[in-house]
Amino acid sequence: MIGNIVIFTTEVYFLFMNYIASIGNYFLMIREVFKKPTKWPIMKSLILKEIDELVFGSLGIIIFISFFIGGVVTIQTALNLNNPIIPRSLIGFATRQSVILEFAPTFTSIIMAGKVGSYITSSIGTMRVTEQIDALEVMGVNSLNYLVFPKIIAMLIYPFAIAIAMYVGISGGWIAGVFGGFTTSSDFITGLKLDFIPFHVTYSFIKSLVFALVIATVPSFHGYYMKGGALEVGKASTTAFVWTSVVIIILNYLLTQLLLG
Amino acid sequence: MIKVDQIEKSFGDTHVLKGVSTCFDKGKTNLIIGQSGSGKTVFLKCLLGLFTPEKGTINYNGNIYSELSVGEQRDLRQEMGMVFQGSALFDSMTVEGNVMFPLKMFTKQSPTEMQERVDFVLKRVNLIDAHKKYPSEISGGMQKRVAIARAIVMRPKYLFCDEPNSGLDPKTAILIDNLIQEITKEFDITTVINTHDMNSVMEIGEKIIFLKDGYKEWEGTKNEIFKTDNEAVTNFVYSSELFKKVRQMYIEERN
Repeated sequence: MIGNIVIFTTEVYFLFMNYIASIGNYFLMIREVFKKPTKWPIMKSLILKEIDELVFGSLGIIIFISFFIGGVVTIQTALNLNNPIIPRSLIGFATRQSVILEFAPTFTSIIMAGKVGSYITSSIGTMRVTEQIDALEVMGVNSLNYLVFPKIIAMLIYPFAIAIAMYVGISGGWIAGVFGGFTTSSDFITGLKLDFIPFHVTYSFIKSLVFALVIATVPSFHGYYMKGGALEVGKASTTAFVWTSVVIIILNYLLTQLLLG
Repeated sequence: MIKVDQIEKSFGDTHVLKGVSTCFDKGKTNLIIGQSGSGKTVFLKCLLGLFTPEKGTINYNGNIYSELSVGEQRDLRQEMGMVFQGSALFDSMTVEGNVMFPLKMFTKQSPTEMQERVDFVLKRVNLIDAHKKYPSEISGGMQKRVAIARAIVMRPKYLFCDEPNSGLDPKTAILIDNLIQEITKEFDITTVINTHDMNSVMEIGEKIIFLKDGYKEWEGTKNEIFKTDNEAVTNFVYSSELFKKVRQMYIEERN
């Protein structure tokens, strides 16, 4: 019995230390990313390529999800407002608050952790497996700067994608509410304008920017330091998605407490 | 010339290299042979600076790698070309893009000058019509040639090849071996090739180092390998029926 407890405690200890070591390695990686920069003409083309692949390439799914999420939020709010004392404009108000504060920045970022994150991990992981990263290092290229820095810079425009998500989400809510017969257009718009606090949009953009950095770096870390073959690339992509989502959710809580609490 | 002195390398409890010393001459094809797990790849990666040996030194024309500053190590690395086992070509770039990559990264040449150099090296490795193709669109042998072209485009002083003809048919393998040897002579490069292909040994082995369990077991030329009585070497080199018969014929002829 005592032996089992000792074994269990030791395993938990090593697991914990492993996580601490990984966190340390992650920050060491971030430091390396900014060392020995690649020549600007090459970096510029890499950044533009990453903007195209990571942000523009994701706009379709962001718009699709935001539109329907906005619609669902409106319908669910409307269906739960049975009390005649509560004004119908609350539907627009609830949609705006839900979409701006949570659904656009956080929900979209979780989706992006899956789409963009797994792309980043698998592309860097494949380069590791096929010795392309070794080839860069042998040439004297700082492979972390070459591979990760353009992704970080490209993701700086991610808040613009979130702005589109907000607009489309609220539009989706308006369409679902008005054409579904749950509210009138004027009630919905009155709700949208009600008690509007501009800082909520700023807060949302701050969150998006932090999430963008997480989406660019956590999957890169998992791809860059992976070992093994094709199977491990798949496993690394899954692990990267899980950890990116966990970090986003924890940071979401902390940022909300810091900025709105 | 590369002079290796008593290098040791471990991974955890596994002692991979146990004090290997040797010398690789300029303008010669130097081969490292040995069974899988003998430490060949680790040895090559130590030469490339990808692994840092715990003990011993590696001297490149009078510069001891471990004593150089980070910047000097980086400069030295730019004098090295490497052909990886799987070619390690960048999937997202064309053949031309792959070969031009080091020039774009490290030189201030004009686009015309870069293009001329790329055309020259691609022609040198007998690749003329593949400039705009992607690595996935060309054969394994062509990929190896692109990798060689990329490795020599910066006019390196040292060329390292990790099993350059693995996965190739015997005829293409000999072509690649001969190409590496021709380039070594033509550009007066110190070439180190990691292989367990006996055809390569017999074809281009000007200097051969046999590694066994992390030790240097034997060193010599391709002519000397016929005469050696070292049991570990003969067991390894003459493991195939073909080479056993060749050796038998050689002994009978000698007697």
